Amino acid sequence: MNCPLNGPRNISEFISAGEVKAMPDPVRASDAEWADYVFTQSNKAGVVREWWCHVPTSYWFIAERDATTDTILKTYPPGEVFAERRDFAPISEA
Amino acid sequence: MPFGLLKYGLSRRYPEPRRIPPTPDLKPSYDVVIVGGGGHGLAAAYYLSHVHGIRNVAVLEKGYLASGNTARNTTIIRANYLTPEGVRFYGESVALYKELSETLDFNIMYSERGHLTLAHTDASVRTMRWRAEVNTHCGVRSELIWPDEIRRLCPSMNLSDKARYPVLAALLHPPGAIARHDAVAWGYAIRAAERGVEIHQQTEVTGLRIEGDRVVGVETNRGFVGAGKVLQAVAGSSTRLADMAGLRLPIRTVPLQACVSQPLKRFLDPIVVSGSLHVYISQSARGELVMGGSTDPYALYSSRSTLDFKEGLLAHMLELFPFLAEVKLLRQWAGMADMTPDFSPIMGLTPLANYYIDAGWGTWGFKATPVCGKRMAETIATGRAPDILDAFRLSRFAEFQQVGERGAAAVGH
Ligand SMILES: Cc1cc2nc3c(=O)[nH]c(=O)nc-3n(C[C@H](O)[C@H](O)[C@H](O)COP(=O)(O)OP(=O)(O)OC[C@H]3O[C@@H](n4cnc5c(N)ncnc54)[C@H](O)[C@@H]3O)c2cc1C
Repeated sequence: MNCPLNGPRNISEFISAGEVKAMPDPVRASDAEWADYVFTQSNKAGVVREWWCHVPTSYWFIAERDATTDTILKTYPPGEVFAERRDFAPISEA
Repeated sequence: MPFGLLKYGLSRRYPEPRRIPPTPDLKPSYDVVIVGGGGHGLAAAYYLSHVHGIRNVAVLEKGYLASGNTARNTTIIRANYLTPEGVRFYGESVALYKELSETLDFNIMYSERGHLTLAHTDASVRTMRWRAEVNTHCGVRSELIWPDEIRRLCPSMNLSDKARYPVLAALLHPPGAIARHDAVAWGYAIRAAERGVEIHQQTEVTGLRIEGDRVVGVETNRGFVGAGKVLQAVAGSSTRLADMAGLRLPIRTVPLQACVSQPLKRFLDPIVVSGSLHVYISQSARGELVMGGSTDPYALYSSRSTLDFKEGLLAHMLELFPFLAEVKLLRQWAGMADMTPDFSPIMGLTPLANYYIDAGWGTWGFKATPVCGKRMAETIATGRAPDILDAFRLSRFAEFQQVGERGAAAVGH
């Protein structure tokens, strides 16, 4: 796999962390919306967009992969998709 | 006997009658259409026709019978799970399996071996003790045993305290068993067909026709078929079929690989699993060592084999059985496992009124074939899921009521 930070590395150096999904607003989302976000998978038999991590350098990135042929089509830094930072909850005062 | 076999082999007229009828023409409609001709679909057809008198049933299978995970699994049958819901459910399956050769009048080669789950760390000793307590409480035989007793049951295992990960204890589950996987599918198919169930091989479902909240029939490569009720039992293809029904599932399809060695003289009686080393092993009736581990590290719709898997698996296997270093591998294969987040299946009703789901069997569904078939048939016949299936409903995820079995199902299938 071609790591955007480290170049081509052996696949055993990476972990796959599942599909890139749009996160609903954690404060306003209903239980059903949140459950859908956490549990439901598109599990597509086709090209999927996923989070991967290069473990030795702890570098997270996004890969596009064909889940029927086991070929990696594209890898790129998450900044190409996520333009701004999302905090989970406002930092509490306590 | 050898002469009998010779005569049989040389006979011009094939003396054994064909027991699974050839695929007939499709009727315009059936009371129940079952998608998927693996063990689960065929078992449901059997119980529908034998217990509930529902005989106008078609099983649609895109390949040949048991061509999915049913004839790819490593046939471990056990009930030593972690949650009371799981133990009760799989316990019923083990009870049905024990009688299955008699029930079907077809030999499934059920062989009770005892099942050992090894603990190499204090944390896993604690989990084994927990499982032993839950199992005993639910009436399933399991106990924690120590290296002396392990040595007695499995003298060939390396129990040295000089090993990299010494064996500290084990969960012993005496009813643990193996069986002949394709025989389970054939047995159910033969007896279901005798009651009029139609088995359609080479018949792929390509779409579902839905009106309002009901399925009215299925599109296939051989045309449209109307259906009073539809059961989906397609394991690794669960998401693809559910997409046609407009259902969203918490399932990822991940390959699970396995392999067997050349046949050896019988030396290994129990089934041995090590969660920490990510390996399990048993010896089949033919003497082959049947070996596997956890699923592949990422999702894939493919049943290819990899060298990574075998290197990892066998390196650890040699820690337990060093003398296997000289033994050759004979075959390797993989199946597509439909993995759920809590390592428990999904069974029962769906948002569509007459569409029933049997999915999320991941790496653990062979042992559940009889109970799932029986209970899904009951669900279809009555339109209500029985209590024993309730915990496994599809809606449990939206309700944050998972049935966590990872600790008892991630490596030992
Ligand atoms: C390597 C491996 C080892 C395993 N080891 C164990 C074990 O030791 N113990 C255990 O309990 N479980 C084990 N399992 C899991 C077990 O094999 C499965 O959970 C179980 O066989 C599922 O049965 P099934 O009948 O639901 O699915 P399958 O046998 O996969 O049947 C589904 C059928 O549906 C058909 N199908 C799919 N899509 C369509 C369509 N659109 N139209 C028509 N037909 C379709 C497929 O061709 C297939 O034949 C293992 C699995 C694997 C891969």
